[in-house]
Amino acid sequence: MKGPVGAGWCDSTRAALAALALTLSACGGDAPSLLEPASEAARLVERLWWLLFWISAVVVVVVAGFIAAATLRPPAAAEEVDRRMVPWGEPFVVVAGLVVSGLVLAGTFVVSVIDLNALGSPPGEPQLEIEVVARTWWWEVRYPNGAVTANEIHVPVGVPVEVALPTGDVIHSFWVPQLQVKKDHVPGVVNRLWLQADEPGRYRGQCAEYCGLQHANMVFYVVADPPDDFQAWVIEQAARAAEPTGPGAQRGRDVFLGSSCVSCHTIRGTPARGELGPDLTHLASREKIAAGLFPLLARTCATSSTTRRTTSSA
Amino acid sequence: MTAIPEGDWRAEVKERLEAIWGEAPGLGSWIATADHKRIGMRYLYTAMAFFALGGLQALLMRTQLADARLELLDPETYNQLFSMHGITMMFLFAMPALSGFGNYFVPLMIGARDMAFPRLNAFGYWTLLAAGIFLYSSFLVGNAPNDGWFNYVPLANREFTPGINIDFYVLGLIFLGISSTGGAINFIVTILKLRAPGMTLIRIPIFVWGELAMALQIIFALPALSLAAVLLFLDRTFGFNFYDAAAGGDPLLWQHLFWIFGHPEVYIVALPGFGIASAIIPTWVRRPMIGYTYIVIGELAVALVGFGVWVHHMFAVGLPNITYSFIALASFMVAIPSAIQVFAWLATLVAGRPRLATPLLFVLGFIIIFVVGGVTGVMFASVPFDQATTDSYFVVAHLHYVLVGSAVFPIFGALYHWGPKMTGRLLDARLGKVSFWLMFVGFNVAFFPQHTLGLLGMPRRVYTYEAGLGWESHNLASTIGAYLLGLGILVTLVNWYWSKARGVPAGDDPWLGETLEWYSTSPPAHYNFTTIPTVRAREPMWDQLELRGGAQPPEEGGRTLTGGHLTLSTSLLDGRPQAVVHMPQASPWPFILSLTLMAFFYALLLQVWVVAVVAVLASAAAVAGWFWPRGQTQET
Repeated sequence: MKGPVGAGWCDSTRAALAALALTLSACGGDAPSLLEPASEAARLVERLWWLLFWISAVVVVVVAGFIAAATLRPPAAAEEVDRRMVPWGEPFVVVAGLVVSGLVLAGTFVVSVIDLNALGSPPGEPQLEIEVVARTWWWEVRYPNGAVTANEIHVPVGVPVEVALPTGDVIHSFWVPQLQVKKDHVPGVVNRLWLQADEPGRYRGQCAEYCGLQHANMVFYVVADPPDDFQAWVIEQAARAAEPTGPGAQRGRDVFLGSSCVSCHTIRGTPARGELGPDLTHLASREKIAAGLFPLLARTCATSSTTRRTTSSA
Repeated sequence: MTAIPEGDWRAEVKERLEAIWGEAPGLGSWIATADHKRIGMRYLYTAMAFFALGGLQALLMRTQLADARLELLDPETYNQLFSMHGITMMFLFAMPALSGFGNYFVPLMIGARDMAFPRLNAFGYWTLLAAGIFLYSSFLVGNAPNDGWFNYVPLANREFTPGINIDFYVLGLIFLGISSTGGAINFIVTILKLRAPGMTLIRIPIFVWGELAMALQIIFALPALSLAAVLLFLDRTFGFNFYDAAAGGDPLLWQHLFWIFGHPEVYIVALPGFGIASAIIPTWVRRPMIGYTYIVIGELAVALVGFGVWVHHMFAVGLPNITYSFIALASFMVAIPSAIQVFAWLATLVAGRPRLATPLLFVLGFIIIFVVGGVTGVMFASVPFDQATTDSYFVVAHLHYVLVGSAVFPIFGALYHWGPKMTGRLLDARLGKVSFWLMFVGFNVAFFPQHTLGLLGMPRRVYTYEAGLGWESHNLASTIGAYLLGLGILVTLVNWYWSKARGVPAGDDPWLGETLEWYSTSPPAHYNFTTIPTVRAREPMWDQLELRGGAQPPEEGGRTLTGGHLTLSTSLLDGRPQAVVHMPQASPWPFILSLTLMAFFYALLLQVWVVAVVAVLASAAAVAGWFWPRGQTQET
């Protein structure tokens, strides 16, 4: 997931300087790191972070410096009281606390408002609108051509995509740190944000607003595809399920349709039209199942002791 | 210690005051007492007990998160723990502990013989204890609140959380609000009306200003929370739809009401902590605070501007950017009065010659930690950065730097600074330093890496996390730090209990402090002072040598007030004597009223309406008993 920008950051002198900040080095691992942005919006946030970080670092160093300077002086005797006026005392408090702090804060405010407006609108007209319905505890993804999938949001790379964010139940929050700031799914309104990935890749997202028992396991991925690949994918996803061929697949269909699976799940092109759980029409094309919990083809799936679905009824 | 010889009049005055103010030992007096010092101690001990519980909850959570996919706690347990941890630390630890120091020291520092409404004070404590027991009884039935201390709807509505968990939360907070409101009114009246003669506004100790600012915020902020809770109770219990979007309600109404309270709540916890720092610093650097006026204006400005920033907890809910810009401006502005206070502390430290004893160490630790929390707080005023990091571990780091910085460290400093006044014995200095360093290092190891976790995309309020995302090592460090912090806290608690019994006797004024609490004995007598002093300076104990004997003679302005259960009321601005106030005697009715209220809230919880009605009638009877005329004295 590490994009070229992230790699460049690691190698740069910034990394060495940031070592000052002890654990702040964010290299390594496959973290969905704010410091490895993969879009213009996320780069804007990263630049803002470094501005805020350096201002903060200076403030903390100055304060620590004053404290160090004070403690290096020989301590007063216990019974002594120094009643002398300090001529620089109150002017210092006013200049440092009000004037200098006020100017720095005012400057930061201006930068923030400029950035806020920049984040508000995409660089061009959105080419595509996707609806992501947050549900307890998974994500339903709907495309204009009728394609429906879950927990895996494919977008074409390099163009702005608008995402509508309704909720099916409680408040959730849509967060893909490497692509955009987060926005909540709130009952009664449909919030919107835009995404535009620079490079093809998989970007991890996760629900950021506490939403109950399995909030911790409400993961999704944004998959940025080259435009042609995306077109092929979205057409394929809109299609009905293929008729199973071969005895194994046919038996699988019969087991599925003959059991309670159908009361929660839909497979387009079959009688299964449940609406409580994810649409399973093209399940096998997804890389992960159960809201990002398990790789689809791993055998660990069946033996895991994590039982998130059993408690989900809403 | 004193140049003035002990005269007969002192012994005689003390004897008469003891006869008037003294309380017999025994259960009856224990329940009925209205002595602000006994009540203050109870607040503190109760707060520390809840602090231990909240800390154990934190350690359980940190253990669960030490590595990816651990299965020590199931998700439901974890969610109850993080919810109760927040509720406990805000409502049952920080507020009561700071109220406890306020209760104990405000009357002493302003030269009064008690709080303005001693029975209301007792009622505030008993109600806090009852509400705390009410909230914690939820664990006994395995249904503790589980939707966070912020308790967002619709998740907290009956539809999504059908259990009794949220009923405990809603009713518990309404119950607690009664206690806090009574306490706040008491602080305001006490500080404005019961100051010693000559204590003009600009001679009020900064700690007392901090308690006043806190009390004013409570009065204006708590109604929003209580309203939010009442509406949710109606939604959950009677099917009202205040928060139900499908029925025309609005889930964001909860967020607005909660944060109109919730953000000032941060300052409610921080301002008294600031005040403690301003009380400790002059004593230990041996010079008066620089910028007194600016600090006081700063505290009041924080209290005021703090009401204009609540929407910065809602930067991701999708309100218009123009709204966000105004709230961002207020959020940047609120940093200025805090910065003024920080630079006033720094100026005083640099101008003085600090004696690095434990109380000052805790204050220095507080300043560093609070400044780190402050600068990350300014980051959250920057809307785009907030939208990127809100509800991530970056916020967990930030809020602990602010709250542990501005509440826990000053409270622990105050235990070492004021403990000898309260128990009469010094705490062990070496254990104090060990405790400080364990806490300071442990705190930073626990919480600094959480900034990084937030930047690495880890959301908060998660009971587990995936392996392979680079989150494990930071989480492990955080868990190790949490245990170090816990160990440091334990050292101070052991130190306190050991020193209380076996410590070196402190004497009345072990640190040669500057304010009037050092004018009393250690521990103070029931009547606080042999004579209520006339104050002629901002640091009376430094500038009025006649106070050092513990009894300002009548010819210097000391008032004995031995004619009854009395204290002095003075004018609001310039502290001119106005009236002699009859203080009420001890009374069991506040205790009884808190019990009937507890019965009322349990009846609402279990929806046994008959019992609720009976409890209301019993409460009315208890109020009647409380205020029943018994001669001339006021009975509040």
